Amino acid sequence: MELELRGITKRFPGVVANDNVNLTIRSGEVLALVGENGAGKSTLMNILYGLYHADEGDIYIDGTPVKFETSGDAIAAGIGMVHQHFMLVPVFTVAENVVLGIEPTRGLSLDRAKAAAEVERISDEYSLGLEPDALIENLPVGIQQRVEISKVLLRDAEIVVFDEPTAVLTPQEIDDFFRIVEALKASGRGIVFITHKLTEALRVADRISVLRRGQTVGEADPSEIDEVGLAELMVGRPVQLVVDKSPAEPGASTLQVNDLHVVDASGRTLVDHTTFDVRAGEIVGIAGVQGNGQTELVEAITGLREILSGTVSVDGIDLTDASPRDVHLAAVAHVPEDRQRSGLVSEFSVAENLVLTRYHSDEFSSGVTMNWSRVRENARELVEQYDVRTPSIDTSAGTLSGGNQQKVIVARELSRDLRLVIASQPTRGVDVGSIEYIHAQVVAARDEGAAVMVVSTELDEVMALADRVIVLYRGRVVADLDRDATNHNEVGLYMAGALDQNEQASA
Amino acid sequence: MTDVQSPPDAPTDSPSDPNGKRGLRDRIDTTNAITLPLLAFISALVIGTIVIAFSDIDKLQDGDFGGILTTIKDAYLALPDGAFNGWRPINETIVSTTPLLLAGLAVAITFRAGLFNIGGTGQMLVGGMCSVYVGFSMNGPSIIQIPLAVGAGMLGGIIWGIIPGILKARAGVHEVISTIMLNFIAGSLVLYFLKTDLFVREGRSDPISKLVTPEGTLPKLFAFLDRPELRAHIGFLFALAAAFFFWWLIEKTKLGFEIRAEGANSNAAQYAGMKPAFLIITSFAVAGGFAGLAGASEVLGTQGRATQGFAGDIGFDAIAVALLGRSTPVGTVLAALLFGALQAGGQRMQVETGVPVDLVLILRALIILFIAAPLLMKAIWRISAKGASSGPSFGGWGS
Ligand SMILES: Nc1ncnc2c1ncn2[C@@H]1O[C@H](COP(=O)(O)OP(=O)(O)OP(=O)(O)O)[C@@H](O)[C@H]1O
Ligand SMILES: [Mg+2]
Repeated sequence: MELELRGITKRFPGVVANDNVNLTIRSGEVLALVGENGAGKSTLMNILYGLYHADEGDIYIDGTPVKFETSGDAIAAGIGMVHQHFMLVPVFTVAENVVLGIEPTRGLSLDRAKAAAEVERISDEYSLGLEPDALIENLPVGIQQRVEISKVLLRDAEIVVFDEPTAVLTPQEIDDFFRIVEALKASGRGIVFITHKLTEALRVADRISVLRRGQTVGEADPSEIDEVGLAELMVGRPVQLVVDKSPAEPGASTLQVNDLHVVDASGRTLVDHTTFDVRAGEIVGIAGVQGNGQTELVEAITGLREILSGTVSVDGIDLTDASPRDVHLAAVAHVPEDRQRSGLVSEFSVAENLVLTRYHSDEFSSGVTMNWSRVRENARELVEQYDVRTPSIDTSAGTLSGGNQQKVIVARELSRDLRLVIASQPTRGVDVGSIEYIHAQVVAARDEGAAVMVVSTELDEVMALADRVIVLYRGRVVADLDRDATNHNEVGLYMAGALDQNEQASA
Repeated sequence: MTDVQSPPDAPTDSPSDPNGKRGLRDRIDTTNAITLPLLAFISALVIGTIVIAFSDIDKLQDGDFGGILTTIKDAYLALPDGAFNGWRPINETIVSTTPLLLAGLAVAITFRAGLFNIGGTGQMLVGGMCSVYVGFSMNGPSIIQIPLAVGAGMLGGIIWGIIPGILKARAGVHEVISTIMLNFIAGSLVLYFLKTDLFVREGRSDPISKLVTPEGTLPKLFAFLDRPELRAHIGFLFALAAAFFFWWLIEKTKLGFEIRAEGANSNAAQYAGMKPAFLIITSFAVAGGFAGLAGASEVLGTQGRATQGFAGDIGFDAIAVALLGRSTPVGTVLAALLFGALQAGGQRMQVETGVPVDLVLILRALIILFIAAPLLMKAIWRISAKGASSGPSFGGWGS
């Protein structure tokens, strides 16, 4: 099957998301779609999937024009899509989710045996390793993604679209994912794969298509282009892929975490008697596989989670039982891990989001009332300075592309005098150009004397930014290493739990 | 977590929402603010014609379609006529609108905080009882008694409003359950107090309170016309002032910013250092204040006394008002006016055309049904993605 998008144009109020885009997708090959945040990748794929309607342009399947009124039509035509945000019912089982909407029935009730058999058949065929009876809410993200994949396969998709499938996966899960992609390709399916990680595009793609500001600016052959070239094609200028920073000049200890212990509602240990500090003028990278207590550590420090025992202080001020507001007032910035869940109010305008944590300060309010003209002025400054691509400061943040949402948060959090910066997954889903910019901002905060703590599940990011690397494993600090005295390999071993400095010390 | 790409209207974001309240709000929010209520109103009128036709069953059986059309025309003309044409209709519209607007604001403020206040009735009852007590137990002067009586009503409403707020914030009790229960409790308390010597009118055995003294009665709006049957009173001005306060609170203050953030994304509000528990309680207190004022205005102005059912169904109609007005200040005022006018015009319609006043209830119910079902509206009116909405189209529904 050959799927062709011809001259697709899609306008949203204030932006042309797709501007006369042409794209061909063939069975049996992997097409990587790359481009800056807001370039229009997701919009294009949503049009292909019948969720949006193009203002201009047509879709052809094997030369015949087709029209997708709804995603139902697209599915019927053999197109499947795995969204970045999974669309699963958490309290249903794997099998129930997979057959949702096309349930095999026996009489009036769901034929569970048949549903389970179907899931098993697909799972075996592509080695997805799915258990039909497991509940979705108990499954890790990587497995949930495979449930999404099997949904698509069960509906006989010939073309499968993945929108940033690897952004939330662990390195191990990413390897597994690529194996599945290879299997799909071998079975004759066509794959579209959106990613911001250029190495991934180079690794799996047969062809790479580049979008910039809504237009196709080029197609590349992975065997003939490298990361640097691809980045330049995407952004339209040379991009610095390595972080440019001078050696750290650490000062006094700013963040002190002492014997911190955090448990969940059922008493399970999440952060296990953790002690470390971050000094002014240095960047400490917290490495670790997702789910080893990083999230909870950050929540405990920033006042969002109750601390069972131990202490947290910033510049000698005790923040152990502080509220998020107290922490904020102690000149601590927090770029939260999950921007959808807590970093932004998507219904609010860009301007409102740019003061979400700072609206109460004298700068933006007086007495009980808000100073909206200052809020708007602030928004115009930050949008300009941080190059947030938005039609206007009154646009609701939810309609911005993922990377631009992240820029809104980074701009808000870093644009004031700070003692400590805590950034969780600061560049998740962000394009290379913006990564360069966000990293530069983080380094700038350090150079102005703030202590910086970067939490990332991407080892590359930690190694690129950090002056010192701390590895968390099962809620414990298992390594505290000087960046220049270690390497990817060693940190990887600590992350996997194969090494532990505590044991070496006592041994 | 990279994309917002699940488009706002896709039927996919609801499963992730544990209590469903956001689902409804989202669906209401994502449709154009003015077209949807307008289309809902028109759709209701269209379906209303069927109801009118059946109300005149004789003509229908005779196949007198010309006659039916005349009835429909007369009925729909009588509605605006009875609502706006002359002092008396305007007066009646104002009388009906006043409590609807105040109680509507009481629902709207909680909607903005992501909460659902079904307790308008209870808050009105408690507030009204406090007001009527001050209203009959003092003999002026008005300049002191009226503010006292009105203030007592607001305070009563606030107290009754705060209870579900605290229950929700501290113990996680769902506000829909607690406000419904508090309505029952308030109803029983009113009945009880109206039978005590404290409240009951001398020589009466049925539950009816003493009369508010002339000094405690809210001044008439149209006193200058010297027509005693024009009973509209300054409660209407209170209601407009309350709407203005609502606008100021939501749009201009820090608290309003916090309430909106809490309503739209409680996690983000917490991350931003706001205090959800405080915001929940405060929103309910403000709501109670509005509803208490509605009760005060009814007993001190319109009715002059308290009876068992002085709050009527206003607390529930208020939900419809807030939904139709999309919980915005201007929208709520317009929605209350529409409902008030329908109520006033409905009387005239029944008298003049014999179409039962219940048609108004049906119209109101239909409007709400259509508002709550934007997808249905879009399908009926074939609104596509190319129109006002930026979301995906629903062409597949109708075509
Ligand atoms: N529903 C919408 N309403 C209004 N504007 C939208 C909507 N969806 C997308 N846009 C705008 O269209 C443009 C393209 O967005 P899109 O999400 O397709 O970008 P993207 O290439 O997927 O970016 P990212 O890599 O950050 O996910 C952006 O400017 C975005 O703000
Ligand atoms: Mg995208």
